[in-house]
Amino acid sequence: MAHENPTGWKRWVYSTNHKDIGVMYLWFAFFAGLIGFTMSGLMRMELMEPGVNFLPGLFGMTEDQARHMFNVLTTGHGLIMVFFMVMPALIGGFGNYFVPLMIGAPDMAFPRMNNISFWLMPPSFILLLLSTFVEGTSGMPGFGGGWTAYAPLSTYGHTGPSMDLAILSLHVAGASSIMGAINYITTIFNMRAPGMTIHKMPLFAWSVLITAFLLVLSLPVLAGAITMLLTDRNFGTTFFDPAGGGDPILYQHLFWFFGHPEVYIMILPAFGIISHIVSTFSRKPVFGYLGMAYAMAAIGFIGFVVWAHHMYTVGLDVDTKAYFVAATMVIAVPTGVKIFSWIATMWGGSIRFTVPMLYAIAFILLFTMGGVTGVVLSNAGADVPLHDTYYVVAHFHYVLSLGAVFAIFAGLYYWIGKMSGKQYPNFLANVQFWVTFVGVNMIFFPQHFLGLQGMPRRYVDYTDAHAYWNKISSYGYLVTLVGVLLFILVMAMTIFKKKKDVPDNQWGEGATTLEWTLSSPPPFHQFNELPRIK
Amino acid sequence: MSDISKKNGRMAFIFAGVAVGMVGMAYAAVPLYNLFCQVTGYGGTTQQVEVSSGEVIEREMKVRFNAAVHRDMPWDFKPVQISQKMHIGEQKLAYYEAYNPTNKTIVGTATYNVTPHKAGEYFAKIECFCFTEQELKPGERISMPVVYFIDPLIAEDRNLDEVSEVTLSYTFFVKEIEDDKAESSVGR
Repeated sequence: MAHENPTGWKRWVYSTNHKDIGVMYLWFAFFAGLIGFTMSGLMRMELMEPGVNFLPGLFGMTEDQARHMFNVLTTGHGLIMVFFMVMPALIGGFGNYFVPLMIGAPDMAFPRMNNISFWLMPPSFILLLLSTFVEGTSGMPGFGGGWTAYAPLSTYGHTGPSMDLAILSLHVAGASSIMGAINYITTIFNMRAPGMTIHKMPLFAWSVLITAFLLVLSLPVLAGAITMLLTDRNFGTTFFDPAGGGDPILYQHLFWFFGHPEVYIMILPAFGIISHIVSTFSRKPVFGYLGMAYAMAAIGFIGFVVWAHHMYTVGLDVDTKAYFVAATMVIAVPTGVKIFSWIATMWGGSIRFTVPMLYAIAFILLFTMGGVTGVVLSNAGADVPLHDTYYVVAHFHYVLSLGAVFAIFAGLYYWIGKMSGKQYPNFLANVQFWVTFVGVNMIFFPQHFLGLQGMPRRYVDYTDAHAYWNKISSYGYLVTLVGVLLFILVMAMTIFKKKKDVPDNQWGEGATTLEWTLSSPPPFHQFNELPRIK
Repeated sequence: MSDISKKNGRMAFIFAGVAVGMVGMAYAAVPLYNLFCQVTGYGGTTQQVEVSSGEVIEREMKVRFNAAVHRDMPWDFKPVQISQKMHIGEQKLAYYEAYNPTNKTIVGTATYNVTPHKAGEYFAKIECFCFTEQELKPGERISMPVVYFIDPLIAEDRNLDEVSEVTLSYTFFVKEIEDDKAESSVGR
């Protein structure tokens, strides 16, 4: 090589190596995830019993302060899990590490831009954390208006600097993601190994490509919308203020024009990972490869024309609602193509129930359940009573917390051997899967019942009628906590193992993508001689 | 290698342009959204016309009047009549009254809509105090007219077949308070 491999802190801070940056993204997502998970724990403990007792007791605050803190926790949990856990893990982490390996590229197209993309994330995260400590509203710290930050609660509802910091945090995170997306698009279009046509490209690379397009098209709209919030708050503009001719509903349109593609940004890379795992452990190529790829493209495309299904209660007229109901339901078709293709991949395969496969199968089951409640909610008529209830909370946690997060776990168990050269302890990993599986279902399944009973989301308190299932849900959190601790243990036991014990292709003949042709861990620079794909 | 890096640079440039363009689209959405509301009556935005069509049909409609003020607006603002009943197409005159109880001159503007929102498209105003700013001297009381009619085309829209009553709402906001220039564009 032309230059020495950097060592020590320079290896990481100055890093332009896609694998190192991918690993840093994964660590970042891990720590952010722990903070987000702790926040949800505080919420679940507060919701264990009716009344506002836990937070005042724990932090020695008044009930009003505790109420505001709960709102800050829901906001922080949402923003952290979306922007600082799922996206960095799936896109920044696995995307950076495995997309160049899978398409046979030596690195990303713009290694130094890759470095900026990563190093914008910690400052952005710090800005968000800072925002929870400075004044939000009437002397209380933090912004409590939800991750959606609807005006006017985010404009003159929170006059303190907290919201401004949160806006800046999202600006920085958005810039990072957009640069990352441009990097992926360029890498995947221009840097594929000879012979690897777009129709031979592994599905994970496909999923990241489509995700990158969604990012480039949707994140700038969020940036625009929150810039309008910022100027409304500080510079006297009235984009969302009726007093000056603005309209707060416009904010919701802009937000969800970003927000709906955003949920596909979080799930499409998960689809890619699951396809590889299901295929590997069924020892069969994935069923309907082209259908799988174009189903993702279709989901990405339709994702841009369904945003108002988040806004059925703002007073859309009946024809508009009818359109958004129909368009939303159409998404079930390509999603169904994917689910059935995964099942068809397993069908007649020689299935091995390794931990990543267990997570992948659980993903298919739980994502389908979340999808089914999604079809229920897509009906404007059914949505009106269910809007902003725990039914919605259960729905999106089934697709994200049990969908995207299970895919992250699946991906980690699938690739940890490749990334570290060390195999996870199999028995403990199995225990970790089952504990987590039981725990998360115990949290979120009862929330369907709570929603159907009419319990509103984002509330710190509830009537006695909702006490039973809330208690079960909070117990579920404690089970999940054990699962998370086990996860930390399993990963520590893997990483701190003395000896590297993983062969180049640990999963055998089902694992056909290019990363399995390299050593475990892969060399610092790979494919100096570009592989030829037949 | 320089060939590929040129290709890469071009592609990055294109997609950076797309990203900037999408920020522009977000801002373009602001005027487009207003235009869209005015054209389609979306969100109960009423229509502004010069003259009524003159056509009057048998079907009747009751119009109720509602008045509100923004929390920073000290005016006392209310409709003179609670409701009016008319044949669709018939031109009507209604009055609102505003009183400034403070010792400051206040300029206000009103926003307006009708509910159900879907009736906005057919609610036509010929003259309205909401088209311009209103200025009230300390202690001044004024009566403000609204001249309007319901467009007979409403009869052809089956989505509005069951509508026999619409509510016209106004909300007054402070545009300017004369006496403290320091806060000349009070919005909140």
